[in-house]
Amino acid sequence: MEIPYIVDARPDTGLHNCKLGIWLFLASEVMLFGALFSTYIILRTGAVEWPFGELNVWLGMANTFILIGSSVTMVMAWASLKLNDFGKHRLYLIGTFVLAGIFLVNKYFEYADHVTRGELPSHSTFLAVYYTMTGLHGLHIVGGMVVMAYLLGPGAKMWKTRPDQFSNRIEATGLYWHFVDLVWIFLFPVLYLL
Amino acid sequence: MDKVATSGAAAHGHAHEHTHEHHELGFWRKYVFSQDHKVIGIQYAVTGLVFLFFGFTLMMIMRWSMAYPIRPIPLIGSLLGQTRAPGGIMLPEFYNQLGAMHGTIMVFLGVVPLAVGGFGNFVVPLQIGAPDMAFPKLNMASYWVYFLGGVTMFVSFFVPGGAAMSGWTSYAPLSVIAQPGQLGQTLWLVGMVFLITSSLLGSVNFIVTIVQLRAKGLSWMRLPFFVWAQLVTAFLLLLAFPPLEAAGVLQLMDRVAGTSFFMPSGLVVGNVPVQVSGGGNPLMWQHLFWFLAHPEVYVLVLPAMGIVGEIIANNTRKPLWGYRTLVYAVAFLGFMSFIVWAHHMFMTGMGTTISAFFQTTTMIISIPSVIILTALLLSLWGASIRFTTPMLFALAFLPMFAIGGLTGLPLGLAPSDIPLHDTYYVIGHFHYVVAPGTIFALFAGIYYWFPKATGRKMNDVLGAIHFWGSFVCINIVFMPMFIQGLAGMNRRMYDGGLLYANNQGLPLQLNVVIGMAVWTLSLFQIPFIINFFASMKWGKKVSDNPWDATTLEWSAPSPPGHGNFLTEPVVYRGPYEYSVPGAAKDFSPQFEPERA
Ligand code: HEM
Ligand SMILES: [Cu+2]
Repeated sequence: MEIPYIVDARPDTGLHNCKLGIWLFLASEVMLFGALFSTYIILRTGAVEWPFGELNVWLGMANTFILIGSSVTMVMAWASLKLNDFGKHRLYLIGTFVLAGIFLVNKYFEYADHVTRGELPSHSTFLAVYYTMTGLHGLHIVGGMVVMAYLLGPGAKMWKTRPDQFSNRIEATGLYWHFVDLVWIFLFPVLYLL
Repeated sequence: MDKVATSGAAAHGHAHEHTHEHHELGFWRKYVFSQDHKVIGIQYAVTGLVFLFFGFTLMMIMRWSMAYPIRPIPLIGSLLGQTRAPGGIMLPEFYNQLGAMHGTIMVFLGVVPLAVGGFGNFVVPLQIGAPDMAFPKLNMASYWVYFLGGVTMFVSFFVPGGAAMSGWTSYAPLSVIAQPGQLGQTLWLVGMVFLITSSLLGSVNFIVTIVQLRAKGLSWMRLPFFVWAQLVTAFLLLLAFPPLEAAGVLQLMDRVAGTSFFMPSGLVVGNVPVQVSGGGNPLMWQHLFWFLAHPEVYVLVLPAMGIVGEIIANNTRKPLWGYRTLVYAVAFLGFMSFIVWAHHMFMTGMGTTISAFFQTTTMIISIPSVIILTALLLSLWGASIRFTTPMLFALAFLPMFAIGGLTGLPLGLAPSDIPLHDTYYVIGHFHYVVAPGTIFALFAGIYYWFPKATGRKMNDVLGAIHFWGSFVCINIVFMPMFIQGLAGMNRRMYDGGLLYANNQGLPLQLNVVIGMAVWTLSLFQIPFIINFFASMKWGKKVSDNPWDATTLEWSAPSPPGHGNFLTEPVVYRGPYEYSVPGAAKDFSPQFEPERA
């Protein structure tokens, strides 16, 4: 026997395995970041003072638009597969990958700027929250890039043999990517603007 | 096995363009880096058993120090080294390491991997008629990440300063400032991150498998109770563990990067102000920890209830009493377990409103627990019971879990919890649920499914010795703890509370009794170990369905080959159709078609 519903949806649940799996994974991610945001709220409401304006809002804003853009290219990468245009798909996926890279480079400049000014995580609760939450988010970006690199490189072969499964994979990666984007859309105002 | 694999491949019923080649796998791929759920299940189970044994050994050493404080440990005392037990006499610091690691190992490396990773992996796909788990590679990864976590925890004993020593709960700020500059607690945190990642991968896999891979005809209300228990457990692992992962990362930052997530301002230790930026909240750790750790106690007990349910139905030759009620109760229990966590924190000075909320939810959650216990108990009513070895352990689970659960009620009410908190009463309470409760159920499961995994039965005489010896000893170990706790004996004291006036007399003498019982208990595990290994080779060969059981796993060959079933299984009825009136035999398996 083969493992069923790798490609097609199971009739009574309407899902294929990978899609259900990625949604469950995202549910657990919601709990992870939920716990971090709760910690932030508790610490901030309990704090005597909370620094304001320590972060570079323009870089943060730029990164927000970069990630939103990468979410769009991600959707296009999946949609082009559905339209059977593998070449366009690769272009869009490379675009997503590059945007993610630019996000990280910006992040690097931000971190480096703080570090040279001696603003380390141990400096204040605000910076501790900032480094930890953006750091974990950054790790999620890196994780997504690793998956994209795989799907652009050795993983791309699957398009020839099992196209449906391949587009399922792109779809799952996309769902994850939108989630990572969404987390940033919460992080940006919480850390940079409030 | 090979015969099965090829015929299984020939019989597969799904028309995918990609036909999976059943080529011979090498030794490494077949037994070590296997993607087969049965091999992974056995890997989990064996590793879990080894860790249970290891954690138990730690406790046996601790018990010496409590029964005979400041006396050299016999036999192994001299082997422990100057930093742990100079002259064979245990140092309090080493006792603390043993205590913290005993709890951690038993819960996260022993019981959960055996109950979920072991039984869940091996049994669930078979019981739902699936060829494997939904994501075999993920399954393998989850075992190896767990293994890494175990290695990390184990290695931490041997780094300078020794293993973590702030309790299995790792309360901040103690855990942050303990062993400064040393690795113990840091490795504990890293190990936990591995273990959490592993159970995350596992839980996604379980839920997808159960939702997606059920065989034809296996509707939700035909699922064996064990599968329901595993499904709810998987949800608890999926949603409750991430907050602890977050907490672990934050504590790691506190220890490594010098942040103050859990470090309050103005903390003074040994008359020296602690040099941190401050502003942190130590109670936050407790909330995040118990948000996981209360659901975790149900992770410990639900699979056990599932196993007991299967075995009781099989050995009473009757349907489980109130199958639907059991299913609803288990789902409700899972949901409620997310909103009771602060009953571990009544002593933290929380306000009366919050405390009233958590007292209420705690009382509510005991209702489904009692329903499950009652339904299992009523299933025995009027049955002609087969007292097989698995059944002995399953039967013992019922009163043991009852004692554990009932002693939880006074802990769930703040007025009675305040004097009992952090005493041996609490230790008695949760050990009754987990040790003679869950671990007995796990033994029951091993005796019950051993024939499926090996094609042979375990020996019943050795099984009976194992059971009766363990049953008597374990009660002598845990029953006196209620007395000690009511007398006010605190937990976590390396000399067993020698210096406190309220412990003089009986409470201290009970430490000796408990010690004796623990060491005897270890002797009664020897028949089990012998039985386990000897039966693999010399156990009586049995048929595919030696217990005359009804669920799907018994339609597969023993041991099942790659792909599990010879033909695609189809389910015709509910899981526990025993002694159906008018049927030719006293069991009507799920996989046997209705006779026209
Ligand atoms: C069903 C009713 C139950 C109730 C009302 C209950 C209530 C409680 C309460 C209030 C505490 C905190 C005591 C304190 O620290 O002062 C506690 C501790 C504990 N319970 Fe239960 N419990 C129940 C069942 C269980 C079950 C089923 C398990 C495990 C399988 C369990 C495992 C534990 C553990 C491990 C602790 C101690 C944790 C620690 O402080 O180290 N309990 N219980
Ligand atoms: Cu609890």
